[in-house]
Amino acid sequence: MTYSDASVWGIIAALALGTYLIRFSFLGLIGDRPLPPVVLRMLRYTPVAVLPGMVAPLVLWPAATDGQTDPVRLMAALVTFGVGYWRKNVLLAMLAGALVLSVGLSLTAPR
Amino acid sequence: MTTRKAFWQGVGRSLPFLLVVAPFSTLFGVVATDAGLSLAQAMGFSVLVIAGASQFAALQMMVDNAPVAMVLLASLAVNLRMAMYSASLAPYLGKAPLWQRALVAYLNFDQSYAVGVARYEDDPDMPVPARVAFFVGIALPIATLWCIMSLAGILLGAAIPASFGLDFALPIAFLALIAPMLRTVAHLVAALVSIVAALLLAGLPSGVGLLIAAGLAMCAGAGFETWMERRAA
Repeated sequence: MTYSDASVWGIIAALALGTYLIRFSFLGLIGDRPLPPVVLRMLRYTPVAVLPGMVAPLVLWPAATDGQTDPVRLMAALVTFGVGYWRKNVLLAMLAGALVLSVGLSLTAPR
Repeated sequence: MTTRKAFWQGVGRSLPFLLVVAPFSTLFGVVATDAGLSLAQAMGFSVLVIAGASQFAALQMMVDNAPVAMVLLASLAVNLRMAMYSASLAPYLGKAPLWQRALVAYLNFDQSYAVGVARYEDDPDMPVPARVAFFVGIALPIATLWCIMSLAGILLGAAIPASFGLDFALPIAFLALIAPMLRTVAHLVAALVSIVAALLLAGLPSGVGLLIAAGLAMCAGAGFETWMERRAA
């Protein structure tokens, strides 16, 4: 990370203010006029629209292996996703992925 | 229902979520420290932004040294869903005093919103002060634990060396968050469009491809939902 201290604090402040304004928007400023349905519908998809696109390159081309696809990390990612999708449980998915990652890395570590 | 009783009822409903919040915020502290943030900066994120997925998103973009504008756009985009929460809470809480609505806005999380609205729908006669107290009751333990365990993670992260596999903690955390969100085919379509577009556009400057991919995915999800409805009608 190569940001100056001031830039990092700038990011924190702007993100904090922006997030608060999003949360406050209708409760505080706009009142209880309903949003157009098409806008509500788009907003509903923002997390699943942003996060998978952010994760996909990290899974396929990890920085730790210089962008080479790594079978252990790929397997850990698939297990995390599979368990999360199947059990609908964030914590369980995280633990399963961490387990596969640590076992896989220790098995394949150069000795 | 008295205001006090509503508050404690909310506290009770928050307990199952604490099991998830504790490890997740600890992980944020560890990864933030590992990425090079100071204690104050990492705590700044957890106390002031107080939105898990976007904190992790900002961190990931910062590890990639993305331009500041891209860090902000991508992280705020993750939080746009909260505008929907805000809109859906407004009919129930719109008559509360401004300071109470301002407090509810700060505590407007995925969990508090979901539990709160479900309760308001079940009990339309609930007085407005009890609604506010119930909401604060759910969110306050979550917020408190989020901040305390972030601090624990920061201290832990400073104590352990950059151990193997920590680089992959962020992707694992994101995947664990996303997978349970994919409840409908439309959500799957949005996620798939996001992945394919982000991979195809990976050559663009840091963050730009992701924003385009996210925009396309939002349209795809909403469009698919509309199409399914028309087909069913």
